[in-house]
Amino acid sequence: MPESMDRLLPVDDASWGLEAYVSRGGYAAARQALTSMAPADVIAEVCRAVLRGRGGAGFPAGTKWGFVPQNVSGPKYLCVNADEGEPGTFKDRLILLRAPHALIEGIVIAAFAVGIPKAFIYVRGEYALISERLEAAIAEARAAGYLGPRVLGTDFGLEIVAHHGAGAYICGEETALLESLEGRRGQPRVKPPFPAVVGLFRSPTVINNVETLAAVPQIIGRGAGWFLGRGLAKDGGTRLFSVSGAVRRPGVYELPVGTPLREIIEVHAGGPPEGRRIKAVVPGGLSAPVLKPEELDLPMDFDSLAKAGSMLGSAGIIVIADGTPILDVLHVTARFYAHESCGKCTPCRIGTAWILKVVERLRRSGGGPADLDLVVRLAGGIKGRTLCPLGDAAALPIQALVTKFRSELEQAVAR
Amino acid sequence: MSYAPSPAALRRIEATIALYPEKGAAILPVLHIIQGESGFVPEEAESWVAGRLAVPPVRVREVLSFYTMFKRAPGGRHSLLVCRNLSCTLAGAEDILGFIFETLGVRPGETTPDGAITVFAVECLGNCDHAPCLQADGADHGPATRASVAALIEELRADA
Repeated sequence: MPESMDRLLPVDDASWGLEAYVSRGGYAAARQALTSMAPADVIAEVCRAVLRGRGGAGFPAGTKWGFVPQNVSGPKYLCVNADEGEPGTFKDRLILLRAPHALIEGIVIAAFAVGIPKAFIYVRGEYALISERLEAAIAEARAAGYLGPRVLGTDFGLEIVAHHGAGAYICGEETALLESLEGRRGQPRVKPPFPAVVGLFRSPTVINNVETLAAVPQIIGRGAGWFLGRGLAKDGGTRLFSVSGAVRRPGVYELPVGTPLREIIEVHAGGPPEGRRIKAVVPGGLSAPVLKPEELDLPMDFDSLAKAGSMLGSAGIIVIADGTPILDVLHVTARFYAHESCGKCTPCRIGTAWILKVVERLRRSGGGPADLDLVVRLAGGIKGRTLCPLGDAAALPIQALVTKFRSELEQAVAR
Repeated sequence: MSYAPSPAALRRIEATIALYPEKGAAILPVLHIIQGESGFVPEEAESWVAGRLAVPPVRVREVLSFYTMFKRAPGGRHSLLVCRNLSCTLAGAEDILGFIFETLGVRPGETTPDGAITVFAVECLGNCDHAPCLQADGADHGPATRASVAALIEELRADA
């Protein structure tokens, strides 16, 4: 595979099509996998690359593929999570727009490795126009024999269907995504059984994020060692870091896993605008507990962020500058989770609604510092008591905002 | 009153159903097709969908009432979504919503009296490097300023 495939995202918007992708070395990895590798060898190679789930959970993709039982008859499915909804995250949008064939090639390789004949791409409803390009790329790939009953002339067949959601953050959670794809409300399932065994239409199912799958051609084409060497020993490859908020150059930056947060913000995104200073940073999408300016020298990988009490999540970095009241940040955060709680688990449904009520009262200056304790206590009542990660995703950032900016918030509400 | 999709929509619906191993899985895409044609999902369409997909009518209602993008009542000819999650709030989303209220006299969820535009305040649109961002009939707009939103509103109004 040529070096031109070393970057996942082309810098321009014009070379998304099949011809441009193939001319920079695209589909060579799929050909290599399908014509010269056994499925188990493909899984082993992805395991060696330590490709961790880029949707936010960080689970190793190769291990996940290995969980699918191979001795059962009946259908198996691959679901691609393109329900990018984590606030501050817009990297999958760019893959769908600029590198749809990298995703399709990754799907071909993953489906071959696990023995899956049908894949669904769950695209968030708000990306319907973006999905038109993805669907055009799928049609190109099918016409050229990269999809269809005989992929690349082999006996392996694969069809891909793009499926559109309809506006629900919860559907990014993998079992809620399955419910939604089956035509139901997006509410999480009880695990176990895990989707690898009982997933879509009660069949064994692999669910991977867009960015995770789009990295697979690099691993097969350049080798697991090369991929691993670009990142860290326990977290291989590069990540697409979305940077927004108070920076001079907001955008998506493709950098090695483990790049220091401060470097991403100051060097790549240009730092805060003239005359402003960083007050706080959300490092991994809105669900990630906030960091203070003195915590920005962290390497951006799953383990380092977890050790620091936050999370890398979807690698969506939101920079908050001085002059922004933390009470406003708390309000936006509380409103989001109250709106997006699916309602299935009582602690999350009731807890997020009460947190929002208390925060709204604080903003109307009808409360006092004791209400800050109430917010922390309500969040504690959600944490660890829900079926899916949305509960923790709501509780942890709210607790971090109140705890780390306690004195500012006390001043703001003591009126 | 009974509901029937146009022949073109019906062909798309039949092709969509064929993509899924179970007909019920086509509920969301079929509702998208109906809403795309009618602007919203009329109540009579719910039983039509239930019948065509062989699911109980309550399954259709459950789905319709869960997902924010489905509309059960007619709105304006155009939809204007204003993101107000964190990145957009930091970039002035509340000012954009205030400007829209000054200009159109409507708050989120309301439709202009001439039936041209329905305004919605929404959560993250995944376009945070273009904050504050909006979507007009599904097309992305941003980074928005008062001037760019004024021009966008003129465009939508002119397009009957």
